[in-house]
Amino acid sequence: MFKNYLILSILLFSLGLIGAVSRRNIIIIYMSIELMLNAVSIMLVSYSSFYNTNTGVVLSIMVTAIAAAEAALFMALFVTLYRKKKSLDTSLFNSLKDTNATK
Amino acid sequence: MLQSNLLFYILFWPLLSAIILSVLNLFIKKELRSQILFDFLSVAGVSFSAVISLYLAYQNYVFSFDFGYNIYTFLDLESLKIDFALKADALSLMMLSFVNPVGTAIFFYALAYMRDDRSSARFFIYFNLFIFFMNLLVLGANPFIMFLGWEGVGIMSYLLIGFYYDDFSNIKAANKAFILNRIGDFGFLSGIFLLAVFIGVDGYSFEALSESYYKIEPFYLNLIAILLFVGAMGKSAQIPLYVWLPDAMAGPTPVSALIHAATMVTAGVYMVARFSDLFSMVEEVGVFIAYIGAFSALLAALIATKTYDIKKILAYSTMSQLGYMFMAEGLGNYSYALFHVFTHSFFKATLFMGAGAIILALHHEQDIRKMGNLKDKMPALFYMMLVAALSISAIFPFSGFFSKDAIMLHLFSSGHYLIYFIALFTSFLTAFYMFRFIFYIFFSHKRDIEVKATSKLMLIPIGVLSFFTIIVGFLNTPELLGGDERFSLWLSLFDQRYFVSHLVEISLIVINTVFILLAIFLAYLRFYKLIRLEDEASTLSKLLSNAFYVDKIYNNLFTKPLHKLSCFADEKCDIGFIDKLINSLAFGYIKISKKFSVTQNGSLNLYMLVSLGGVSLMMIYILVVLL
Repeated sequence: MFKNYLILSILLFSLGLIGAVSRRNIIIIYMSIELMLNAVSIMLVSYSSFYNTNTGVVLSIMVTAIAAAEAALFMALFVTLYRKKKSLDTSLFNSLKDTNATK
Repeated sequence: MLQSNLLFYILFWPLLSAIILSVLNLFIKKELRSQILFDFLSVAGVSFSAVISLYLAYQNYVFSFDFGYNIYTFLDLESLKIDFALKADALSLMMLSFVNPVGTAIFFYALAYMRDDRSSARFFIYFNLFIFFMNLLVLGANPFIMFLGWEGVGIMSYLLIGFYYDDFSNIKAANKAFILNRIGDFGFLSGIFLLAVFIGVDGYSFEALSESYYKIEPFYLNLIAILLFVGAMGKSAQIPLYVWLPDAMAGPTPVSALIHAATMVTAGVYMVARFSDLFSMVEEVGVFIAYIGAFSALLAALIATKTYDIKKILAYSTMSQLGYMFMAEGLGNYSYALFHVFTHSFFKATLFMGAGAIILALHHEQDIRKMGNLKDKMPALFYMMLVAALSISAIFPFSGFFSKDAIMLHLFSSGHYLIYFIALFTSFLTAFYMFRFIFYIFFSHKRDIEVKATSKLMLIPIGVLSFFTIIVGFLNTPELLGGDERFSLWLSLFDQRYFVSHLVEISLIVINTVFILLAIFLAYLRFYKLIRLEDEASTLSKLLSNAFYVDKIYNNLFTKPLHKLSCFADEKCDIGFIDKLINSLAFGYIKISKKFSVTQNGSLNLYMLVSLGGVSLMMIYILVVLL
């Protein structure tokens, strides 16, 4: 039973990772990141029930709280970025690119 | 003590003149200057010094007072204490008593000579500073102060040779003089360093040094003597460091008269005499010095017989006379050498100033082939120069006779006959080239040459010096002629004396005089009525008129290899190696950073992948290594 929780957590984390790396829409990337955070939360909770302690549960509540705060910041960021380029495609936000770089 | 203060003033007045002149020269415009004020400032310093020098020399001569004046302590180490101190004994005062008065005469002459020059103030600044340094050289109470003066006269000589700096050849001549003198200075400096190392503990003044020469091992004593003589070689233009002196004639004529004939070039002779107690301990080095002097004298006299530049003839003649002085010093008689320095300064200054007057009268013509028939046009100058020519040829009763004959007698009686014969032959050549000079300028080419009038201010100093040329010889009348060699007695140096019978003495004088008269007669036959120019057919005369190609040899032997070495260092070492290394470092960084800049392509996904990769690596590290 415990093993299945771990497999679910790893699958969720991998999905989030692939989404974060491969998608170009910033909102999707944000959602992928949240997915990874939740995968970690699931793992913490399952470990804490397996070892019969409360530490993991407390940590997962804190992760959720931080993710909520993050969400507020991200929303503000999305609005600002959208005002700049009228789009949320990451390939447009490349002003830090080295113009001399050999592609 | 009041009189000792006077030593300070000998130095002070010319320096003050130079300082005031340079300030005025900087701040007053050329048109607003008062000619009289500038003239006064130009000559005042040296005139005061001359008066003081003569007074002190008189005091020393009559009462045998030595003067000393300590200005301050320059350096105080445990093992070496150097005072900035002045000292005047008979030797110094003898030098001062001709340097400053002859200098004064030349200063007055220079007033007239440089009248129309646009930078005459600069000229007199240098000239006054020269006199200051020359006095410092002569008055220095230890080798260090002497060296300060020594370098000072060197730099002034450099500045004055290159006085007309808009002509590149003058600058070259000035550099040549300076660099060759540096070689000599290296010797001198090494010599006095060695003295400081070996016996500096016991005091560094000349007196203290002379009391402890015996403590040095003979090998090092020889070495020191040779090194010091190398210094004298450079300053006094002896083989092999003489080539700068003929080129030094590029400066204005008063410079040649004062620096390159009467005073600075005799500094080497003075220095050897100042170390006479050291040199009298190393006889082998003395003989070496005498041979160097002999060959320098001979070489210079030979070259002078084929030179056509009026000033270069006199330059070679100076070098030749300096050779005589070193012959006498090498064989141990310092006071005869110094007496020749003394008389030489009078007649050589006369000759140079006469030559300068002629050059000006002929609109800056220096080639004696283009002169001639000047006797009727400038009679006063002719007689003055004739007196000087007779004197340098050593005809009785002119001063050169007394000094040169004493040297010849000493050379003969010391038993070094080769040196004596070289000296005799040189004396023959001296008379020959001097009268070639006189006949060429004043008699040959019966044609009309336009002559500018010579100013009185120029003629008077020449006249005064030529008058002294006649009389100063009697200061050291030999015993044979009823004198008592007062001059040598006064100097009381470490002279070696040989006593010979009057018969030998008389026959030597007769032989010498016969040779000289013969030379004059030969010159008369050859040049008196000369009309056509000399031809340069034979190998010997070609060799002579090119000064034995010594300049070329030096060029090929030293200058060119050095130049090649510099080129090699520049092209191969600097540009080829060091620059390349540093450039490759810089360009290498750029190349490497190009490689890394691939990651900075602006794609957010890649950045994220890279940072996730980094985090993963960190995790693996923590898991594998730390746990």
